[in-house]
Amino acid sequence: MKKEIFEPYNVSDNNFEQCVKCTICTVYCPVLEVNPDYPGPKQSGPDGERMRLKDPAFYDEALKLCLNCKRCEVACPSGVKIGDIIQSARIKYSKSKPKLRDMILANTDIVGTMASTFAPIVNTAVALKPVRKVMDSVLKIDHHRMFPKYTGLRFETWYRRYAEKKQQEFKKHVSYFHGCYVNYNFPQQGKDLIKVMNAAGYGVHLLEKEKCCGVALISNGLIKQATKQAKHNVEAFKKSIVDKKMPVISTSSTCIFTIRDEYPHLLGVKNEEIRNDSELATRFIFRLIDEGKLNLVFKKNYKKRIAYHTPCHMEKLGWSIYSTSLLKMIPGVELVQLESQCCGIAGTYGFKKENYQTSQEVGKPLFDQIENSKVDFVATDCETCKWQIEMSTSSKVQHPISILAEAIDVEATMKLWQK
Amino acid sequence: MNKNRSKEYDVIIIGGGATGAGTARDCAMRGLSVLLVERHDFATGATGRNHGLLHSGARYAVTDHESAAECIEENMILRKIANHCIEENNGLFLTLPEDDIAFQSQFVDACTSAGISTEIIDPKLALRMEPSANPDIIGAVKVPDGSVDPFRLTMSNALDAKLKGADILTQHEVVDILKDQDRVNGVELFDHAKKEKVKYYGKIVCNAAGIWGHNIARFAGVNINMFPAKGSLLIFGHRVNKMVLNRCRKPANADILVPGDTICLIGTTSERIPIEEIDNMYVSKDDVDVLIREGVKLSPSLATTRILRAYAGVRPLVAADDDPSGRSISRGIVLMDHKERDGLEGFITITGGKLMTYRLMAEEATDLICKKLDVDKKCETANIPLQGSEKSDETLNNVSQKVYSVNGITQKSAKDRHGSLAHKIAKGDENEDSMVCECEGVSIGEVKYAINELHVNNLIDLRRRTRVGMGTCQGELCACRAAGLLCESMEEPGKAKDDLANFLQERWKGMSPIAWGETINEIQFTSWIYEGIYGLKPDNN
Ligand SMILES: Cc1cc2nc3c(=O)[nH]c(=O)nc-3n(C[C@H](O)[C@H](O)[C@H](O)COP(=O)(O)OP(=O)(O)OC[C@H]3O[C@@H](n4cnc5c(N)ncnc54)[C@H](O)[C@@H]3O)c2cc1C
Ligand code: SF4
Ligand code: SF4
Repeated sequence: MKKEIFEPYNVSDNNFEQCVKCTICTVYCPVLEVNPDYPGPKQSGPDGERMRLKDPAFYDEALKLCLNCKRCEVACPSGVKIGDIIQSARIKYSKSKPKLRDMILANTDIVGTMASTFAPIVNTAVALKPVRKVMDSVLKIDHHRMFPKYTGLRFETWYRRYAEKKQQEFKKHVSYFHGCYVNYNFPQQGKDLIKVMNAAGYGVHLLEKEKCCGVALISNGLIKQATKQAKHNVEAFKKSIVDKKMPVISTSSTCIFTIRDEYPHLLGVKNEEIRNDSELATRFIFRLIDEGKLNLVFKKNYKKRIAYHTPCHMEKLGWSIYSTSLLKMIPGVELVQLESQCCGIAGTYGFKKENYQTSQEVGKPLFDQIENSKVDFVATDCETCKWQIEMSTSSKVQHPISILAEAIDVEATMKLWQK
Repeated sequence: MNKNRSKEYDVIIIGGGATGAGTARDCAMRGLSVLLVERHDFATGATGRNHGLLHSGARYAVTDHESAAECIEENMILRKIANHCIEENNGLFLTLPEDDIAFQSQFVDACTSAGISTEIIDPKLALRMEPSANPDIIGAVKVPDGSVDPFRLTMSNALDAKLKGADILTQHEVVDILKDQDRVNGVELFDHAKKEKVKYYGKIVCNAAGIWGHNIARFAGVNINMFPAKGSLLIFGHRVNKMVLNRCRKPANADILVPGDTICLIGTTSERIPIEEIDNMYVSKDDVDVLIREGVKLSPSLATTRILRAYAGVRPLVAADDDPSGRSISRGIVLMDHKERDGLEGFITITGGKLMTYRLMAEEATDLICKKLDVDKKCETANIPLQGSEKSDETLNNVSQKVYSVNGITQKSAKDRHGSLAHKIAKGDENEDSMVCECEGVSIGEVKYAINELHVNNLIDLRRRTRVGMGTCQGELCACRAAGLLCESMEEPGKAKDDLANFLQERWKGMSPIAWGETINEIQFTSWIYEGIYGLKPDNN
């Protein structure tokens, strides 16, 4: 019997029937280990899905404790998309409406636009103790959390003013999906990417108009809006990838993961045409080097001991190897590979008051590792991991691209392809 | 339990299927002293091996008006008295392009005349109501079909009978009918647990042994010409459909898909088998083929859905004419007073019918028994709810909504399974709330309740009471946990090991005809655990 003739109707397409009940996923779930209120991936995922198909009343609000870290999926020997089942169930069955707080946390781009316009005021205000207390009690955003600082000059504005023109000078081109964090909070990361890519001989362009990838909207249950943004982004990617034959790269592991995997699995937004050429910057660069198409020259005097933390979504993508291999190419870098563990923040999850404790307990083993590793700083590909680690340890965190940008000898590198 | 063998019962009922248990309840409610005997466990005959369709009668409307009318009447009664054993899912009769749409109006007319409400639904709307249905349908009719859980139904009847004074013996097989000249006055039983024979006496012996009634009658020296019609079914891993799906045409193979509890079932086939084969219920490769091929026409997604197991049962029909398929013979109720038929006093047979009509069968049998005993009491089973269905217990509903996490699942499942009796299951204690069976959400508390109060002799009995081992993993995770609990409370360790081996062997039996894909992975994994880690051998017993 040919399988493909039959479109499955009313059947979860997240392969939950493949589950052989081995319970391995349960061992890898970071939440289950610290919070006994959470039923765990097996019960919330494949087991629960069967029950919910019998009667939606079996839906359990405890599913919102899931970090969507997908570590269970990586562990599952049967290929069950456990995290996706749980997220889909939340989308389908949850009756609790997103709160004002969730809207604020989820709309990273709108809030970002407003906040960066009034950056100095906002930054001082949200850093003030009384303000944080109010946010804690009124909005239920935990007062331990420091909001990332908002920048006065958005990355997009900076790019148009200072960088755009120069990009035409290159023969090869890529588009850059910068994401909300680079745009509103940390433009330096975007500038570093342009520095590295230019050195490698690539002009960097922005998409026609990128929208927030929507990861926070999804996890806060704002599905309609997330779907709208997903469709918009897929179109924008197509213009670059299909029309202009320019791959799209990003420095955010979460954005790229969302666009590649969550769009089709959770939002039902098709992305086959763009998926392969939507890339993480470190992977793009590593592959160029690996294929002999690029050589990087590094500064002699760059000497650092760096610990790499594997963000959950990098674990799921299986891509941390690209970032760490790149870092290892830098002669002066001594790389400490931290054992892959969730830091506990999971995007906006850890900002919520009710999750704060779980979030910190999940991250504790990682924080201890970092404190004991005696490194100059930590490297990671995810911006929310950066906040969490910087808040919870004494260490600073840098993106691998920023490290490259600092370690690379731009002129020497450029000479290699200019001659 | 009163084992006073010198006691003479008013009535001894043979067979712990729905009919026997229902008759025991009815007799007990009318004040008779009752003994119910069953050779294995409740619902191990046709009652536990059928489709679980709460017929509206629509399926028989065109071919068998009388059965159709009986069905709809009993359907409405069961909704009232057995609400925790049934699900009011409603059903659709689908016309496919290959079926004759003209049959639809004939069907609707026949339903109307039998008192079955119908509603012709636009195919597009039907697909929205039931997205799993074949998108090519050209017609759909909605009828009040539903699902019935035969294990729960039988157990509730037995529990109620017991509460009203009936004695119940399981694992007691009738090996002879005792007679005093041309009057039956008791039964000789073989006690499978103690491996010994015992005799019990009664004024009337009621043969409710389904297809095995043939043998019982022979012990009594009379002949009933049974028509054993085997039917096979497939169980799918989860619910594909919300409503019962039927084909709108004359009854044929594999044309009903019934959602029941966490799974759904496609069936059935129909094949006449020799009476010697009624204890040999295997499912052939051809049966499996037909079920999948036809089932996919009702709901295409069945082709990609995991199959849990296959099983077969025998319809206890009484032969009328020589019809090789067994479908055109009436599914009507057969009640025999052997005094009138064969000149044998004190012996009656109740058979034929359907699971659906068990209550009516019990009523008719009990009416006859009462007449013979000269007892003048009206039947009340149509009005008084069964154990567990008395009232819906709202407090439990509320509890399961508030409780975070696992508790919610086990509590809601327990309520679905035991109705208002669920309050007897200990809860709130962390240990008692832990899961034994993760697929079906069975807690330690529920298992203990079943062992203590629901006549459980072994793991297989426990499965029929609680659904332990009926889920996706087919016992892989729960069998050893349940065996541990059973051992603690009743079995000696050696016996528990045999019991565990038996249980797994029985699970394998149902999986073997469909052992491919995920099912074979699952069974392989199970055998690693039980043979590899626990050192259990297939021939442990
Ligand atoms: C494949 C199939 C599908 C069906 N689908 C449906 C359906 O969807 N809806 C519906 O309403 N009906 C359905 N039926 C019909 C229904 O299952 C039967 O009519 C009904 O279950 C008969 O119940 P019973 O109690 O009369 O017989 P049984 O359930 O067969 O009970 C007889 C009992 O007697 C016991 N027994 C036998 N010999 C002895 C002995 N020597 N001593 C002591 N005990 C003994 C047996 O162990 C058994 O438990 C279906 C039947 C089949 C085979
Ligand atoms: S996605 Fe992460 S938090 Fe959620 S169940 Fe899986 S392992 Fe646990
Ligand atoms: S790891 Fe995969 S197969 Fe094993 S229990 Fe979890 S979901 Fe099922």
